[in-house]
Amino acid sequence: MKKFFWLTLLVLSTLLLSPLDMMAAGPPPVGGTLPDFTLPQPGSSAERDYLGLSSRGNFTVPDIKAKVVLIEILSMYCPFCQKEAPIVNKLYEAIEGNSGYKGKIKLIGIGVGNSAYELEIFRKRYNVPFPLFPDADFTLHKLLGETRTPYFIAVQINEDRTHKVVYSKAGSLGEVTPFIENIAKLSGLK
Amino acid sequence: MQRFFFVLFFLSAAALAMTPSMVTAQTHSEAYKDNIYETGTLKPRDSVLKVKVGHKAPDFTLPAVAGGKVTLAQYRGKKNVVLSFVPAAWTPVCSDQWPGYNITKDLFDAHDSVLLGITVDNIPTLFAWTNQMGQLWFPVLSDFYPHGKVARTYSVLRSDGMAERALFVIDKKGVIRYIDVHDINKRPPLENLIRELEKLK
Repeated sequence: MKKFFWLTLLVLSTLLLSPLDMMAAGPPPVGGTLPDFTLPQPGSSAERDYLGLSSRGNFTVPDIKAKVVLIEILSMYCPFCQKEAPIVNKLYEAIEGNSGYKGKIKLIGIGVGNSAYELEIFRKRYNVPFPLFPDADFTLHKLLGETRTPYFIAVQINEDRTHKVVYSKAGSLGEVTPFIENIAKLSGLK
Repeated sequence: MQRFFFVLFFLSAAALAMTPSMVTAQTHSEAYKDNIYETGTLKPRDSVLKVKVGHKAPDFTLPAVAGGKVTLAQYRGKKNVVLSFVPAAWTPVCSDQWPGYNITKDLFDAHDSVLLGITVDNIPTLFAWTNQMGQLWFPVLSDFYPHGKVARTYSVLRSDGMAERALFVIDKKGVIRYIDVHDINKRPPLENLIRELEKLK
């Protein structure tokens, strides 16, 4: 009888809880944290410098030297991401051209369902100036709640390397200036 | 007491059964909003391939969404041709396939190739659907009537009337050089196709 109890508990925890967990995951909610995942070291030294990574191995988003990390979830195959690319480039330039934001807000992109080859086509086509990471087998996409694309997540990184999601939304970021100001406000940068 | 655990067990099994399939991984562009019809996971392949690499590509003429007709033979001696059959408009994977090809015109040009997109949908449907992709540089052809005739000729018509997700590379002599009848639920990686175009030189 006792054995049966434990067996049932085991069945419950493996069958019931884990899929429900995945279901409940959804996109990272504002006020919450990112799911656990690592990204590989970027290929170019310029990109490594940009992210300010202290170690050489895989890294997590809070390892990035920044107060705020803005993650764009995109796909080379997604027409809206193609349309959004010049706007995100403008956002990058606006950040880099502002001493209050430069070095404090950093951008990365995750190409969901894109092979490294496909994501490189996207990078070249739109001259994407920030690091892009392929997610060919949709692993990160599933972890991040299978969002539509493009999807933007802003993560506030604290001094102690803890973090908090302050923005999590599908669709265009809209106008660059109000968007940055909003992110700066939400993350306490301003 | 034992009955209680049985109930728990069945509840958990039921919950599992109701969990949506995690197998089909796909992205939806915001471009299509809520207009993508969820097909679920389909039988990966539902046809028997009869045409072969090395065969002459069967000629066809189909109406294009942009107007006029396109005949395969018009490219003979001039361009390599890539045929991209996709199953249906407004379905998840297809909606995120051609927009990728749309930003790689330079790669097709570099290999002296044209791309022809084909589905079994009618022109108005294809018009509305491809409009969401932005301006496409390649012709989109309707294999609607007689239904799926070209797909059938290329032996990629499924039993439900949709086409397979299939790529054919045809060289300037009109000979089939590459066939990829892909798992309908997945998008073929672009590098595979480009590698085949590189071989044509």
